[in-house]
Amino acid sequence: MAQTNSDTTLYAKLDEFIDSLQTKQGALIPVLHKAQEIFSYLPKEVQNHVAHKLEIPSSKVYGVVTFYSYFTMTKKGKYRVSVCMGTPCFVRGADKVLAKFESELKIKAGTTSEDGMYSIDALRCVGACGLAPVVIVNGKVYGRIQDNDVEGVIKDFLAEVEA
Amino acid sequence: MINIKLNNMAIQVEKGTTILEAARANGVNIPTLCHLDMASIKMVNKVGTCRVCMVEVEGRLDLMPACAVEVYEGMVIHTNTTRAIKARRTMVELFLSNHPKDCLVCERNKNCELQTLAADLNIRENRYDGKMINHPKDTSSQSLIRDAEKCVLCRRCETMCNQVQSVGVYSAVQRGIKSVVSTAFDNPMTETSCTYCGQCVSVCPTGALTQVNHTSEVWDAINDPDKVVVVQTAPAIRVALGEEFGMPIGTVVTGKMVSGLRRIGFDHVYDTVFGADLCIMEEATELIDRIKNGGRLPMLTSCCPAWVKFIEHQFPELLDVPSTCRSPHQMFGVIAKTYLAKKLGVDPAKMVVVSIMPCLAKKFEAAREELSHDSNLDVDYVLTTRELAAMYREAGINFTQLPDEDFDKVMGESSGAGVIFGTTGGVIEAAVRTAASWLGGKPLENVEFQQLRGVEGIREATIKVGDLDLKIGIANGLGNARTLLENIRDGKSQYHAIEIMACPGGCISGGGQPFYGNDRAVIAKRAEGLYSVDRNKKVRVSHENEEIKALYAEFLGEPGGKIAHDLLHTSYTKRPIM
Repeated sequence: MAQTNSDTTLYAKLDEFIDSLQTKQGALIPVLHKAQEIFSYLPKEVQNHVAHKLEIPSSKVYGVVTFYSYFTMTKKGKYRVSVCMGTPCFVRGADKVLAKFESELKIKAGTTSEDGMYSIDALRCVGACGLAPVVIVNGKVYGRIQDNDVEGVIKDFLAEVEA
Repeated sequence: MINIKLNNMAIQVEKGTTILEAARANGVNIPTLCHLDMASIKMVNKVGTCRVCMVEVEGRLDLMPACAVEVYEGMVIHTNTTRAIKARRTMVELFLSNHPKDCLVCERNKNCELQTLAADLNIRENRYDGKMINHPKDTSSQSLIRDAEKCVLCRRCETMCNQVQSVGVYSAVQRGIKSVVSTAFDNPMTETSCTYCGQCVSVCPTGALTQVNHTSEVWDAINDPDKVVVVQTAPAIRVALGEEFGMPIGTVVTGKMVSGLRRIGFDHVYDTVFGADLCIMEEATELIDRIKNGGRLPMLTSCCPAWVKFIEHQFPELLDVPSTCRSPHQMFGVIAKTYLAKKLGVDPAKMVVVSIMPCLAKKFEAAREELSHDSNLDVDYVLTTRELAAMYREAGINFTQLPDEDFDKVMGESSGAGVIFGTTGGVIEAAVRTAASWLGGKPLENVEFQQLRGVEGIREATIKVGDLDLKIGIANGLGNARTLLENIRDGKSQYHAIEIMACPGGCISGGGQPFYGNDRAVIAKRAEGLYSVDRNKKVRVSHENEEIKALYAEFLGEPGGKIAHDLLHTSYTKRPIM
């Protein structure tokens, strides 16, 4: 697949990370984490690139990507909404928060809106149980969110990035 | 040594022995499914996932997997308590719960490890009704079929493909109920770097990986009165086919195989070894030419289609190192449809060439576009040893009672050199026999080059020919081939010639041969069978085969000449790693 200029920058960023590793052995999972951080998802091309750089078969990379629910092969939106569904968040109403995001943004968890603006994911415990229920949007953490806070959160992250 | 008690027997075993190994060494059978240990070829699958080998150990609350647990001093093991037997049976019943129930029409019927386990464990009903997984069959390739619904996740194919062959087509993907052994991105086999060596099929315990079956097409050709059907048989068939009919391993069944082929209805029965002799004429000529005229060295043999596809994917920058010679059965095919057709007075368009091969990659090779003339394939169908055995059974032939008959004339004579093509080291020994007599200008006193024989994955030998030290390398198994190729790429290779066979042990352990479990002694016996055929041949060097001499005199001219080059040589294609 032809790489655009911005792609080239992203691949260079990934290569820089891989080349800085002391050893390529056992590095697959950290490299995939980095790759997903850079590209926001792990399309075939990125997985093939990782396989080539780490000198392992693409089938292995694909095996790991499909095993861990954290890794995704679906392109994420400009605004990536992650709702924690760990036990403490769940008992404090994360399911209602998630449902509210789904109805407000008109997409289901695990998918991306057609215009590429929004995506929603249900996460397992993010380790911030004191803030339950937790929502993370593009790295910004919103704590103790209830379903009636959702509209405010959306307004906030839209303003944040546009401003 | 460690003292243990196994089913009340006091025994001593080496430290590091597993319960399974201790039991087998002392005549106690513990069933297994995922386990497969062939350490001599680095095929060690000890993943311990199937839990079929559970046994009781005194002092332990849980049952233990015999394949994965090492014995310790004073260990007291019971392999056949009701608890252990029930646990094993339940494990197998759970495997059956989501396994297709089409055993009667499965390619592996009567030869399936899961089926045997179910029978041995006396399972007589399906107690569990599991959720079936839905995976479409992958029938994209000409060589092998993947049916993931029959996969038991033993991962032997993955170990074989990754650890032994270094190709890496397979991996376990997904998790939980969706787990399956698949390819990168679940691509069809045609969109992977698969070489079609078929070693995954050889180790698959069930019908999840099987050969593409071409027997019905061949029956149709035989029954078509307008077709003249010519069959040729590879060297490795004659020392393995008997196993399918309960004959001792390594029995040479050439004569019965030939008479059986006639009874099935093939019009002409020939020997691929004739093609092997022809191959040596061309390959030895090419080797001497490369040595004398400063050509690309080392020269690599090119008889093995899986190995050829391997280098096309993995080392596309080295496509000038393999010999340009076609493989023996392809040489046979093209000569059959030209020279032989003329001799027999048959229209080549009406001739059907069938190759009986120990190999799945040969099916792919026969369909390669460059190996055809005017869109008429040089070889029309490739059947494996197992497919041929099935045809004999279908035709009601009592194989062990068949009389011995000889191959037909014109392309049926063979030398001992061509016969040993079927084992690792054999192709290069055959080439050395001819090259050394040509370079030395006189017949060899001893045609046996013991230094080229053996079972190790990588071997080397230096052979004195006049004042030339001919340096030979040999690799069998694609992982070993990779090592030699990396040396060539890095300019570290000192050899004149290298023989490579994709399958560990060579064609005698090809993906189309009778299943042999994990017993590598079977392969050694098949090899010994081939060497015994060679020893009993009057002609033991390819260039003294009278029918080969006649072929050059009447049709081809000189080895390496214009006609020979057009018909007997080929080119290779760069392919990506996928």
